[in-house]
Amino acid sequence: MSEVVLRGFGWRHAGRRAWAVRGVDLRIGHGERVLLLGPSGAGKSTVLAALAGLLPEDSGEAEGEIEIDGLDPRKARENVGILFQDPQTQLVMARSGDDVAFGCENRGVPPSDIWPAVAAVLDRVGFRYGLDRPTAALSGGEQQRLALAGALVTRPRLLLLDEPTANLDPAGGALVRDAIARADDADATEILVEHRDLPSVDRVVVLEPGGGVRADGPPAAVFAEHGDRLAAEGVWVPGRPLPQRRAIGPAGDLLVRAEAVAVRHRLAPISLAACAGEVLAVTGPNGAGKSTLALTLGGLLAPTSGRMRAFGDDRPPHRWRAAELTQRIGSVFQNPEHQFVTSRVADELALGPRTLGRDPRPVVDELLERLHLGHLAAANPYTLSGGEARRLSVATALATAPRLLVLDEPTFGQDRRTWIELVDLLAGLRAAGHGVVAVTHDEAFVTSLADRVADLPATACCASASAQRVAG
Amino acid sequence: MNTYRWRTIDIVIASIIAVAFGVIFWAWNIVWSATEGAFAFFPPAHALIYGIWLMPAVLSGLIIRKPGASVYTETLAALISALLGDQWGATVIPQGLLQGLGAELAFAALRYRSFRLPAALFAGALTGVGAALFDFFVWNPTYELWSYRVPYALLTVVSSTVIAGAGSWALVRALAPTGVLDRFPAGRDRALV
Amino acid sequence: MSLALEPVADPAAPLARRNPVAKLGAALLFTVPLIATLDPLTPTIGLAIELAVMPLFGVRYRVLTGRAWPLALAGAGILVAMVLFAADRNGELLLALGPFAITTGVLSGALGLVLRVFAVALPGIVVFATTDPTDLADALVQNVKAPARFAIGALAAVRLLPLLGAEWQALALARRARGVDAGRNPVARLRLFGSTAFALLVAALRRGGRLAVAMDARGFDSGVPRTYARRQLFTRADAALLVISALLSAAALTTTVLAGLFRPIVG
Repeated sequence: MSEVVLRGFGWRHAGRRAWAVRGVDLRIGHGERVLLLGPSGAGKSTVLAALAGLLPEDSGEAEGEIEIDGLDPRKARENVGILFQDPQTQLVMARSGDDVAFGCENRGVPPSDIWPAVAAVLDRVGFRYGLDRPTAALSGGEQQRLALAGALVTRPRLLLLDEPTANLDPAGGALVRDAIARADDADATEILVEHRDLPSVDRVVVLEPGGGVRADGPPAAVFAEHGDRLAAEGVWVPGRPLPQRRAIGPAGDLLVRAEAVAVRHRLAPISLAACAGEVLAVTGPNGAGKSTLALTLGGLLAPTSGRMRAFGDDRPPHRWRAAELTQRIGSVFQNPEHQFVTSRVADELALGPRTLGRDPRPVVDELLERLHLGHLAAANPYTLSGGEARRLSVATALATAPRLLVLDEPTFGQDRRTWIELVDLLAGLRAAGHGVVAVTHDEAFVTSLADRVADLPATACCASASAQRVAG
Repeated sequence: MNTYRWRTIDIVIASIIAVAFGVIFWAWNIVWSATEGAFAFFPPAHALIYGIWLMPAVLSGLIIRKPGASVYTETLAALISALLGDQWGATVIPQGLLQGLGAELAFAALRYRSFRLPAALFAGALTGVGAALFDFFVWNPTYELWSYRVPYALLTVVSSTVIAGAGSWALVRALAPTGVLDRFPAGRDRALV
Repeated sequence: MSLALEPVADPAAPLARRNPVAKLGAALLFTVPLIATLDPLTPTIGLAIELAVMPLFGVRYRVLTGRAWPLALAGAGILVAMVLFAADRNGELLLALGPFAITTGVLSGALGLVLRVFAVALPGIVVFATTDPTDLADALVQNVKAPARFAIGALAAVRLLPLLGAEWQALALARRARGVDAGRNPVARLRLFGSTAFALLVAALRRGGRLAVAMDARGFDSGVPRTYARRQLFTRADAALLVISALLSAAALTTTVLAGLFRPIVG
């Protein structure tokens, strides 16, 4: 059990003008389970990193004090375990057992004690595979479960969880929540930052961006008093409804038709059609081939069997020249950073029109305005926050005015405000006659926006998916 | 604080540079199809490929700025190349070591205090010398001295100076604004965001 | 095509189980002396030994051909370069292509070089086909006293290799989606390659930064001396492997010298 005290704590990263977090006064007692909330930019991850003793002394400036059981966090690090949101960059070794043992090796645990401790903690988190299981063969949820085991193997008294389910699909997220619940130690203090699907905790602390603690108390009280303002700022406050945006008119002409399209080892044969003026949601479990389907519909991947017909063109989309493709079908990738090609936001937006020989300025101005990116026009795309990067990648796809937009997990990792903006944007595009295909595992998105759903089956053998009309 | 001690981030980033170039090379072999690969022995293509191959040594030295960076990264890059299956087998490992030593000597001669363009060019040149020496004696002895071996060696050094030297310096300047070098001195030169 | 790192040979084969550092050392000890000469006999003997020993490592010949195709390309390149630039054109003239005389000397020189390439590359292929990177790192730390932080740091980065390969493919597709493609123009292809390589480097460095933080969170930089969860033993059998490799290589060279065919690279 650990007692955590922060007194006037603040931190500024090197190279930034604004303080990431400032003036935080907080006291967390033994065995408490605390949820740290706040809009993006409030500094939640910074506070957790500070508690884990991970803020680099050489590139930043600190203010105030932090104590864990009376010690500086850097000295107390042995007793602190932290879980981050990206499983791939937390796992160090190629085999599962070795990865958990990594923490023991680092602390000089005698070899004879290592493997029993590893076995015990893997059992504690409910890890289902053997020690030899390659880490690359695990699903995201299982990887996070393994990472949790790695954090717990040294029996920390303070457990920090920084959005552990943010990068996972619902099934993976459930796995991790289950693992956390199973591993729950009444003796350990737990501080959690979570994004959506907030767990039940004893206490909620809300951080104010730019300074201090806004609220601190039992969840019911905090949400009752501050819930509206938090929801407006983008926090996923539980129990708030999301807007419904259904199509006003009927679907327009057929834009892309896939006939028994399959990609060997990645996508089972599927037939579907995307029309103008409607939103088609493609759902299905991990491994069903949703992203592969998005790439195929986007003309980026050639199917190994079946036929793709699009825009009345004889040639399938994967044979079109890239410039031609951007005028008809725009693709938005799951990771916005994959699509950045230039070093300024304005140049990113200008690239599409320029490649087509059009004047970029009106397009750039309009998109900067429409997607609230005006203040970032000269910024380097890689320095954008998650929500801003997502908006930029949608904007770049729109810059060439394609009639069909294919998006892969567009609401991934978005806060409530950006989520609503995105849904509104897509609804607006639909009303203007564009077609939208969205690959998603976000059920709320499907309920809010989708006119039709294509559900890909879990197994890759012979079953073809059917498109169903969403009721209501 | 001892500025020559390697932090975890130094070790990981130096290793990642080696790994990233391993991927870039793997991708290069796919992009430039098999037939063109065989003609890599011809000067212009050879020079270009070689220059890129020598980049990890200089790039790592410019970013990490600690003794051993160039040697470690270039040797690891060579090891990864051997792991992925190249045509020279495990002999790339001693060759990579020699190449890395070239850059290391250059930065050491400047007492690890200078990391601007002239230092990068110097490091690029010496890395090229390391590579050229290895090839001159090990792989090229059967060819004509003045119409092949000497021009080949000179071309290696020149392309290394330009591509591995100036190229690495330019690459560091392009990487800094993206924020990935924030934990390093090279990244702190960018303007406040 | 993807980047694969796991060993593809039968791990139960007698020599495959040897200590990884012993295997790597044996490969180096065997091949480095082979470089010292340019004649065709030494690499032929070397290749014969290597091919004979291969089943003891559990590597099947089929796997080998799969991994050895870059060598065939190198061979073709050498042949062309020799025709154009060979220094030694002794022997009977077989064919004259303009100013380039292809003589038996040129062909035997080319043959020697090609065999040398194969003989030098093969042990490396065998070692990496039968060695797990984690085991190699452990052996380097425990048996050769390499600095543990560097070995483990390298291992952690190497684990990301297949992921970065997949990232490259995503980046290439994303560029097409942005309207950037290159067709046949080599300059355009180079620029596109450069742009993709830059994006990959950014992605790799970003991942590296997060990985370093995660490793520190688990005590990597705590300064406490590390212990080993997995033991790598260096036994007499491993030492024997090293000695035998050196001896075999020396035997090949001696045979050549005695046959009067030795052609040193210097002199």
